[in-house]
Amino acid sequence: MSKSRIEGAVQSKTRLSDRYNAWLRHHRLSAADSLHRVLDNLVASLMTWLVIGIAMALPVGLDVALDNATELSAGWDSPSQISLFLKEGQDSASAETLVREIEARDDVAGVHFVSREDALAEFSALSGFADVLASLEKNPLPNLLLVTPVASLVGTATDGLRSQLAQREEVAEAVLDMEWLQRLNSIMQLSRRLVMAIGGLLVLGVVLILGNTIRLSIENRREEIVIVKLVGGSNPFVRRPFLYTGLWYGVGGGFFAALLVSLSLWFLESPVSELAALYQSDFELEGLGMMGALNLLILGGLLGLAGAWLAVTRHLAAIQPR
Amino acid sequence: MICFERVSKRYDEGHDALREVSFEIAKDDLVFLTGHSGAGKSTLMRLVMLMDRATRGKVIVDGIDMASIPNRSIPAHRRDIGVVFQNHQLLFDRCVFDNVALPLVIAGYDHREIGRRVRAALDKVGLLNRERALPVTLSGGEQQRVGIARAVVGKPKILLADEPTGNLDPALSAEIMQLFEEFNQVGVTVLIASHDLILISKLRHRIITLSEGRLVTGGAL
Repeated sequence: MSKSRIEGAVQSKTRLSDRYNAWLRHHRLSAADSLHRVLDNLVASLMTWLVIGIAMALPVGLDVALDNATELSAGWDSPSQISLFLKEGQDSASAETLVREIEARDDVAGVHFVSREDALAEFSALSGFADVLASLEKNPLPNLLLVTPVASLVGTATDGLRSQLAQREEVAEAVLDMEWLQRLNSIMQLSRRLVMAIGGLLVLGVVLILGNTIRLSIENRREEIVIVKLVGGSNPFVRRPFLYTGLWYGVGGGFFAALLVSLSLWFLESPVSELAALYQSDFELEGLGMMGALNLLILGGLLGLAGAWLAVTRHLAAIQPR
Repeated sequence: MICFERVSKRYDEGHDALREVSFEIAKDDLVFLTGHSGAGKSTLMRLVMLMDRATRGKVIVDGIDMASIPNRSIPAHRRDIGVVFQNHQLLFDRCVFDNVALPLVIAGYDHREIGRRVRAALDKVGLLNRERALPVTLSGGEQQRVGIARAVVGKPKILLADEPTGNLDPALSAEIMQLFEEFNQVGVTVLIASHDLILISKLRHRIITLSEGRLVTGGAL
């Protein structure tokens, strides 16, 4: 080597575009180098991926199951019916008036009037207590209006209609028939909350697991970090490979989560369709789909970055040349 | 190029590593720094490359007061200084080429330029044919040459060497010192800490002597 080269011992200042290229180059280099390191320790990396995959698959799998349950129960979600039991002493004529009034409401699809005589006849026929009933002095049954709300009326709005109808003076009692469906919906909402809470905890767990994994790899490369800092490596420069390591762990974990969820669904598919067939339903399990799987990869990547960031900010600054 | 004005360094545990040290090293100078271990040689070097900051006094490197450099600018400052360490500080899982290339990778040179400069530096220290070797397969003298190549590859204005011949036999030590003289001849300011008095007294350069943190001789230009 020529002395002439050293003779130009003047720091050449890099231009802005050069700096940008250098920055890009180091990103590429860090990404590739980190991926190499992850793949070189394949067994250890597989374990990390699986841990993250399982932690992510659990809430995601439950969520998919809930989506399916919602899908299934949506089929039952016919508009509920409100039974209005009228007060005693109302004759058929005033009941008819009431029917017309209620039918005129925007939120009511239809009203069916069951007079107390009809009800008694039906009850006698169905119950087998005809003799007993015949011996009664008077008909114990009230007049009944069956009110069907419009289909667009759901949840609490149906209950609002019920309470409005209950306030009318002709009405003794108003009962929402499909309350069990609302209970089911509430249970589903509660389950969704639970899944979110569990998911939140597991996401935190994933971030901590990744943070710890990255912390270990920082410890393993402590000497290298010291040397890089000694020869002028900035904190972002030192940080970059570790952030990419976190990214690869996270994306791999996301992939395994998608794989686990898909495997579980495949495992459940045939018993579910058998069960559905027994109920004369053509219900089919809905999977993650391409977008769901892609989202899992992205989420995994973000969690990986978050975990790496946590570890890097906590531990890298502490490593200084001594 | 390097100027100390009444510099003191006291470590947290109360140990005074440097006391009121003043000296100046001109551009293109080659200066030896000597003294017993614990005399403050390493501390002085650490202050120049901002591994530590002076407790009192002023350290000026290339016209810049070190106190004015914020922590986040320390990496950029270090990129302007080549450093050779006694224990080499090489990356043992990377080949010779990658070790020497490290400062250039950090500075963001493109790979063609890195290849040219690294080979030039390796040629200079006589290791061009070992560029793919791992440092463990090299002798102590060769490892030190890799360290020197890494220190000069970025064409720094200042070259610091902390006991660069500490573990080498006299013949190898003389060769290494000759390398430093060659760099000095092309305009690099060189500061070498060494307690090998026999070797450095033969070389006829200015010698700064420290004893228990005080400058004993060699302070004047």
